[in-house]
Amino acid sequence: MKKLLTSLLFAPLLAFASGAELHLDKAPVSTDPAALQNGAKLFVNYCLNCHGASYMRYNRLQQIGLSEQMIKDNLMFTADKVGEPMRIAMQRDEAKAWFGAAPPDLTVISRSRASEFGSGADWLYTYLRSFYRDSERPTGWNNVVFENVGMPHVLYELQGEQIAKVTEKDDGHGGKAKEISLELAKPGKMSKDEYDKATADLVSYLVWMGEPMANTRKSIGTAVIAFLGVLFVLSYLLKKNYWKDIH
Amino acid sequence: MTTKAQAVIDWVDERFPLTSSIKGHLTEYYAPKNFNFWYFFGSLALLVLVIQIVTGIFLVMHYKPDASLNAAGVPVAFASVEYIMRDVPGGWLIRYMHSTGASAFFIVVYLHMFRGLLYGSYRKPRELIWIFGTLIFLALMAEAFMGYLLPWGQMSFWGAQVIVNLFSAIPVIGPDLSVVIRGDFVVSDATLNRFFSFHVIAVPLILIGLVAAHIVALHEVGSNNPDGVEIKKKKGADGHPLDGIPFHPYYTVKDIVGVVGFLIVFSFIVFFAPEGGGYFLEFNNFIPADPLKTPPHIAPVWYFTPFYSILRAVTYPLFGIDAKFWGVVAMGAAVVIIAFLPWLDRSPVKSIRYKGGLFKAILAVFIVAFFILGYLGVLPPTPGRTLVSQICSVIYFGFFLLMPWYSKMDKCKPEPDRVTG
Repeated sequence: MKKLLTSLLFAPLLAFASGAELHLDKAPVSTDPAALQNGAKLFVNYCLNCHGASYMRYNRLQQIGLSEQMIKDNLMFTADKVGEPMRIAMQRDEAKAWFGAAPPDLTVISRSRASEFGSGADWLYTYLRSFYRDSERPTGWNNVVFENVGMPHVLYELQGEQIAKVTEKDDGHGGKAKEISLELAKPGKMSKDEYDKATADLVSYLVWMGEPMANTRKSIGTAVIAFLGVLFVLSYLLKKNYWKDIH
Repeated sequence: MTTKAQAVIDWVDERFPLTSSIKGHLTEYYAPKNFNFWYFFGSLALLVLVIQIVTGIFLVMHYKPDASLNAAGVPVAFASVEYIMRDVPGGWLIRYMHSTGASAFFIVVYLHMFRGLLYGSYRKPRELIWIFGTLIFLALMAEAFMGYLLPWGQMSFWGAQVIVNLFSAIPVIGPDLSVVIRGDFVVSDATLNRFFSFHVIAVPLILIGLVAAHIVALHEVGSNNPDGVEIKKKKGADGHPLDGIPFHPYYTVKDIVGVVGFLIVFSFIVFFAPEGGGYFLEFNNFIPADPLKTPPHIAPVWYFTPFYSILRAVTYPLFGIDAKFWGVVAMGAAVVIIAFLPWLDRSPVKSIRYKGGLFKAILAVFIVAFFILGYLGVLPPTPGRTLVSQICSVIYFGFFLLMPWYSKMDKCKPEPDRVTG
C-alpha cells in the first residue's frame, strides 16, 4: 500500500491530459553561471520585448555571477533602476490586438509548462526548436508543440527557417495519425548544434528565473535533513531509555 | 523547586486550574502502553495544525487578496505570492511549508482516520470523539478548499468555479446560494476576499475549537489501543490502569521520535520536491487566473479526488432533479456517513486483531476502492472510468451501510482481558 501511495503522489501528472500525445525532447538544463549568463543575454535581447518577467528584479541577476554594473551596462534596456522588475513597454491590449493573445509573463513559465509529458524545461526546449514556416498563419510561423501559436519565431535569424513534412501514419487504432517532421530549409547564423546549445542556455535561464532560490533551497534542505537525522537518533535513544521499564 | 516558584504556582492554582490541567492531560493522563505506529498521527495532526497557523500568520503579512490587475497585467494576489517567493526573506520557505503542510495535513488525517477504522476507536464510549473528528475533517476540507483559491492561479480559479457551481444545482435556493457564496455572479474579487476571510479567521477558529473538543473528549474517556480493550477495567492498587502509563513522559518522548521522523519526510518535500510532482502545487496554478480561458481539464487537489469521483459518478437525474444535485448529495453523504460509524458497527470486538476474515476482506476492498476513486478523480472522465467510479462509489457506501449486517455475521476471536503489547 505504501508503494501505491507514493506512486499516486508522485507519478507523472496525468491530470492535464488533453488527449493529444506530446513528444518532448529532454532539455539539458544547466546551473553553470556561464550558461545562465548566456541565457540571460538571449532572454533580454529576444524575449524581453514582448514578454515581461514582472516578478524578476534585474539586480537578482547578481546571483548568476553578474555585477550590478554589468547588468546596468548590458542588460537593462527598459528600466532605470537595477532594483526594478523586468517589465516591458508594450501595452497588453495592443499586444492582444497584434498577436491574438497578450504574450504571457515569463517569470514562472518553466514551472507552469510542466505536464505529464515532461518538465516545463522540456516543453520550452522543444517548443523553441519546433517553429516552422506556415504561410496560412498571420505571422508566417507555426509550431509543432503549440499549434497555431500567436508568437512568431523570434530566434529565426539564429536557427534559420524550418519547413514541415507531414506524413500520415497508422495510429494503431485503425485511424490515421498526422506526424510532422521538420527540415531546415534556410540555415541561420548558427549551426544546429550551436542553436541547440543556445536554446538550452535560454531554457536554463528560464528555469533559474522560475525559482531563483532553488539552489539555496536544496543546500539548506541537505543541512536540515542531516540535522534531523541526528536528532532522530538522539530522540530514539531518549525514548528507549525512558521506556526500558515498560513491558 | 524553589519555594518562591512554588509560591507563584500556588498563587495561580488558587485562581486557575494549572497544575490540575497538567496532571489531567499530561502527567497523570494514563494512556495504554501498547500504542503502535498508527498512534503517531494524532499528535502529528496537531503539529501540522501549528505549522499551518504559524506559517499562515507570516503569509498574511505579505499576501494581498486582490484580483485586480497590476501594472504588468498580473492579478495582484498572484503577484503577491511570487513576491513572497522572491522578495520576502525566507518567504519561499514559509510558503512551501504552508503549501506542503496542506497536503501533509490530509495525509496525516487520512492515516489517523484509518487507525480509527482498524482498531474500532469510534466505538462506545468514544462516539463523540469520532463525531468531533468527522467535523474536523469537514472543516479541514472547507479550509483547504478556500485556501486553494488564494494564490489566484488557473486551478485556484476554475476549481472554485466548478465547486461553487455545484451548489447552484440545489433546487429552489441553489442559484441564489451560489451567488451568496461567491458574492458575485462569477468567481471574482468579492469571492477572493470572502474566502480569504474564511480561510484565515472563521474556519481556523472552528477548527481549533473542534480540536480542543476532540482532545477533551478523548481525555475524558481515555484512549483506545490496538487491542481494543478498555484499560480502565483493570486497575492496580494505586487506582491507575494496570496497562496504562502516564502520557508524560512516556508518550511525549515517544511522540518526539514521531515528530522528528515526520519532519524528515516533510523536509524532503519542502526542500527537494515542493511541487510534489504536480500534486501538491499543480503546474497550471503557476498561470494567473484567467476568467476567459477555461483549462482543458480541471482537476481538484489530490486530497479531494476520492469525493470528487463520487460526485461525478452520479449521472442519473432523479425525481426530476438534475444528476449534478444528486452528485453533490452523494459527495456530502460520503463525508457525513463517516460520523455514523459508531452505530453502524455491531461487531462484538473493536480491534481488527480480533475481527474475522469477513471484516478484514471488506475493509481491504473499501481501501482499494477509495484509492481507485482518488486516482480517477484526477483524470478526465471517460465512459469506462465513470463505470469504475460508480462501482467504487457503491463499494464505498456499501462498506458503511451494510456494516450492521456483516459486522454481526463476522466470526470474531475472543478479546483478551489485558492488552497484548
